[in-house]
Amino acid sequence: MQLIHVFSIAPFATLFASIIVGLFGKKCPKVFSYALTTLGVGIAFLISIYTLYITSHGFHGEFTLYQWLATGSYNFEIGFMIDNLTALMMVIVTFVSLMVHIYSIGYMKQDSGFSRFFSYISLFTFAMLMLVMSNNFLQLFFGWEGVGLVSYLLIGFWYKKPTAIHANLKAFLVNRVGDIGLLMGVGLILFWFGSLDYQTVFDRSVSLGNQSIFLFGDSAVSLLSVICILLFIGAMGKSAQIPLHVWLPDSMEGPTPISALIHAATMVTAGIFMVSRLSPLFELSDTALSFITIIGASTAILMGIMGVVQNDIKRVIAYSTLSQLGFMTVALGVSAYSVAIFHLMTHAFFKALLFLAAGSVIIGMHHDQDIRHMGNIKKYMPITWITFLLGSLALIGTPFFSGFYSKEMIIEATKYSQIFGSGFAYWMLIFGVFFTALYSTRLYLMVFHGTEKWRTLKLRNTHHGLNSQQSPHESPWVITLPLILLTIPSVIIGYLSIDTILFSDFFTTSIFINDEIHKNFSQINNHFSSPIKTGLHGFLTLPFFFMMLGIIVAWFVNSQMFKSNITPKFVSFISKILEKGYGFDTLNEKYFARWLRVAGNFLWLRIDLNLIDRYLVNGPAYLINRLAFKLKSLQSGYIYHYAFIMIIGLFLLMTFFIKL
Amino acid sequence: MIAPLSLAIWTPILFSIILIGLGGLLPKKLGPNLALLGGFVSFIITIPVLIEFNYISPLFQFQEFHHWILPYRINYHLGVDGFSVPLILLTSFMTMIVIFLTQDTNIKNLNYYHGAFLMMSGLMIGVFSSLDVILYYIFWEAMLIPMFLIIGVWGGPNRIYATIKFFLYTVLGSLLMLVAFIYLFFEAGSFSLIDYYHLPLSLPIQIFLFVAFFMAFAVKIPMWPVHTWLPDAHVEAPTGGSVILAAIMLKLGGYSFLRFALPITPDAVSFLQPALIVISLIAIVYIAIIAMAQKDMKKLIAYSSISHMGFVTLGIFLLTPMSVEGAYVQMISHGFISAALFISIGILYDQTHTREIQNYGGVINKMPLFSALVVFFAMANSGLPGTSGFVGEFMVIMAAAQENFWIALTAAMTLLLGAAYSLWMVKRVFYGEAKSKVVLKLKEINFKQTFVLVSLALLILILGLFPFLITDITNTTAENFIQFMNRSKFPIL
Repeated sequence: MQLIHVFSIAPFATLFASIIVGLFGKKCPKVFSYALTTLGVGIAFLISIYTLYITSHGFHGEFTLYQWLATGSYNFEIGFMIDNLTALMMVIVTFVSLMVHIYSIGYMKQDSGFSRFFSYISLFTFAMLMLVMSNNFLQLFFGWEGVGLVSYLLIGFWYKKPTAIHANLKAFLVNRVGDIGLLMGVGLILFWFGSLDYQTVFDRSVSLGNQSIFLFGDSAVSLLSVICILLFIGAMGKSAQIPLHVWLPDSMEGPTPISALIHAATMVTAGIFMVSRLSPLFELSDTALSFITIIGASTAILMGIMGVVQNDIKRVIAYSTLSQLGFMTVALGVSAYSVAIFHLMTHAFFKALLFLAAGSVIIGMHHDQDIRHMGNIKKYMPITWITFLLGSLALIGTPFFSGFYSKEMIIEATKYSQIFGSGFAYWMLIFGVFFTALYSTRLYLMVFHGTEKWRTLKLRNTHHGLNSQQSPHESPWVITLPLILLTIPSVIIGYLSIDTILFSDFFTTSIFINDEIHKNFSQINNHFSSPIKTGLHGFLTLPFFFMMLGIIVAWFVNSQMFKSNITPKFVSFISKILEKGYGFDTLNEKYFARWLRVAGNFLWLRIDLNLIDRYLVNGPAYLINRLAFKLKSLQSGYIYHYAFIMIIGLFLLMTFFIKL
Repeated sequence: MIAPLSLAIWTPILFSIILIGLGGLLPKKLGPNLALLGGFVSFIITIPVLIEFNYISPLFQFQEFHHWILPYRINYHLGVDGFSVPLILLTSFMTMIVIFLTQDTNIKNLNYYHGAFLMMSGLMIGVFSSLDVILYYIFWEAMLIPMFLIIGVWGGPNRIYATIKFFLYTVLGSLLMLVAFIYLFFEAGSFSLIDYYHLPLSLPIQIFLFVAFFMAFAVKIPMWPVHTWLPDAHVEAPTGGSVILAAIMLKLGGYSFLRFALPITPDAVSFLQPALIVISLIAIVYIAIIAMAQKDMKKLIAYSSISHMGFVTLGIFLLTPMSVEGAYVQMISHGFISAALFISIGILYDQTHTREIQNYGGVINKMPLFSALVVFFAMANSGLPGTSGFVGEFMVIMAAAQENFWIALTAAMTLLLGAAYSLWMVKRVFYGEAKSKVVLKLKEINFKQTFVLVSLALLILILGLFPFLITDITNTTAENFIQFMNRSKFPIL
């Protein structure tokens, strides 16, 4: 068996399982659905481990699966590029996917769409693997839209819920806005580079570094800046950066396991992955990098603040995801691609853990997601409690936890960066750390500590939630096992792998950094000695103080709240802005979507039906009809009318000739 | 095999004559079965055209030549190249599907109905394979009659207005085309298309000729602003009529541009290219916005068709190998996707007798399998990669990016708009709770309908994953075509 066949097993095992379960799962017992799909993703996980093993020992290769299409002078192929970046992504994707598969056996147990769910998440794994394994832009786009499709299907999984089917349409359309950018970037690449293969494009990129194009009349703009910004617009859609982030909070309407898999750990990081994969292009455009830095920093801070005012357990974590994606984006902008991937990895573990633990809490609370109804759950759900606590510690960046290393490195890289916007980004990230600690601590305290608030609720939801006599129970082992398995890397993976991933030559074949201009990463490299020293030093840094400040503020506000029994209130003006999510939704729905519908009605009724149809098409018909009606009276059938006309005619003719 | 093209044309027509001639006399079971046999045989008989076709030859193949009306040098001359073959197969295939689906329904005068479809199938294949312009013109005009009858006899309440509009629109354009052919006859001394390809013509003459052709073909595709007959025709047509209209009849326009208008008047096309591109872009964006405002499902899909045809004309007028092939793939792909969507709407309409979107909601609760298929078709309609709907749009957008960034960006708006109108309809019709009376009465599709829809879904998927199946056939023809288009045809002074 050739190597390409080994690699292809990973995606196609999941695709195969997905198709079989999708077709026959409904008629078979549940064990068939989950066993087959879990087996499929398990195989994919083992292959990914093997791939990472051989690539970390120096293997690097490109393979072509088949030729998709050839036209003119262009060839489009489907193929794989296997290197450390691909292999690491494969491992992350399949590991989290495997955990989510196991978890869902318990979480979705009662659901009538059980087999459909497993078919979807396996299909998702397939699309995501095709995306990360691609060796060309076309297949990237395939995977890109493929994961978008599954995300659409899974957000709308409970298709009877009006909010769910609103959210999935919104998610798909907002992503499509980004995809337009991506596709335009690909179009320009095909035109200027003559190929869509990554390697060919990278090889030719240096010679096109100073190429200008004329987009706006006579003013020349740098080709690579245009391409990179267009590609990044695609990443903004998928990785939910401002202003294309609006779909992600609403996507929480989907089942919780997919929030963990798709909307935290894997799909939303596709944009981060893409930019890292294309680092040889992005390195050539400082304009694009500045743009990325500023967008990322704004997302990190603005979405972090939003996390503080949410009361739905999943929405808090969703805004946290947005904010963390902002951190990764800043890392891309300051040319620290490997750090972005490093944070992507640690974040995948601890955020998947947080979502799954939140799901466990939600089951315990009988599908009540409001944190104002929770409290003291640590007593009833000890495993969930401990794993959630460890996940939160990793998220806020407690020294020695995985999240600490990745976040610390991003902030360091930003600090030393010379790129325009990095100064702004540095402070936004520092404040971001504060807000991360604030919302995480608030969430943790409200859910796991304090009084058991569901017992004293005045307004009780009749469909969901516990009544005052019931208590939550710890979830079964299929749910707690993935939590434990995810806790391990959430805590230690940063410590174990920082040396290899960031400061060895792990990524030298995959990621290109233009060291002469972007020196910040090599500067951190010089400062770094060992993970232990970094961890110890972490207690003395500015981010650490901001983190502690966040914890203290959260603790203080929370303890005050118990006394006076009020929710934390900011100045009313700010809280109004935050309630509306800075008004992005209002802008989109009240203005943009409505404007489009008004335009549709106008063009249809006024232009199409009225102008074209009524005047230009039916108009002449109507005129001819009227004319014929008038002319009809000439043919009256009376002989004396005809005789009269004849005589007049003869008379006129004669006068005409006589004149001559 | 001898004369495969003649067989492909005349076999369905023969079956149609039998069905129409004996329509009232045939026993009850026999008629529909005979029609199905006719559809099946007519499809099988076109397969050799695909198998025996030589992919790498730029010449017209399977040529048949017989003198017909000698004094005017009108001949019975047939032949096909890479642009004809896939469309011929699409025609016979879709006709078979339509007959198969309507075989056991209680449409009145079913034998005549099937006869009309078989007749139309033969005539359309005739259009796709004629190399003599008068022969082509006869097929082109004759084809209108069965369609006129299908809408006019078996159509909806407002069918008379729709048929008259459809007929007058098309005939107006066609007459100008006939004038162009007669002019060319006096210049070239024959009605042979191949003679016209090499006929030198000055720019003003070429522009006049092109405008005449344009009137005929633009109405057919249809291009903005001569598109308003299509929504009316679709809404009034029975399901089978809509399927054939969208899947094949619209493609006659695109095909004829490639076969006649462009190679005969290449300089006029490059002269008028900017205007033609702008009209195509208007179709893509303007019509997509209109589609979003539709309240009737069938009208929505009709407008979506026009918007997709905008990609066909854009691709054709961009005049690069990739764009022309993209336009061609888009034609074939749209044949399957629009057919599937019209069949789906027909299935709902047959059960509920309403097409208003607001009367629906939550169909998925009653018809899960059917809804899953429609979601797939809607995704294909919005150009999801992996479906055939993506391939053509991708190729045209890529080709447009080489011409001008802004053209490509405008065309790419379809990514958003196409998804918006398709999926918004899906949301309103299929998702949600089943509340309305009409939806509560719905029943899941039967085996036959499932079979047809699943086959179409598979075809859409196969063409999306392996589009080389089409482009391998058209590659040589397209490259040859572009080379030809780049040569000026001005007379040497």
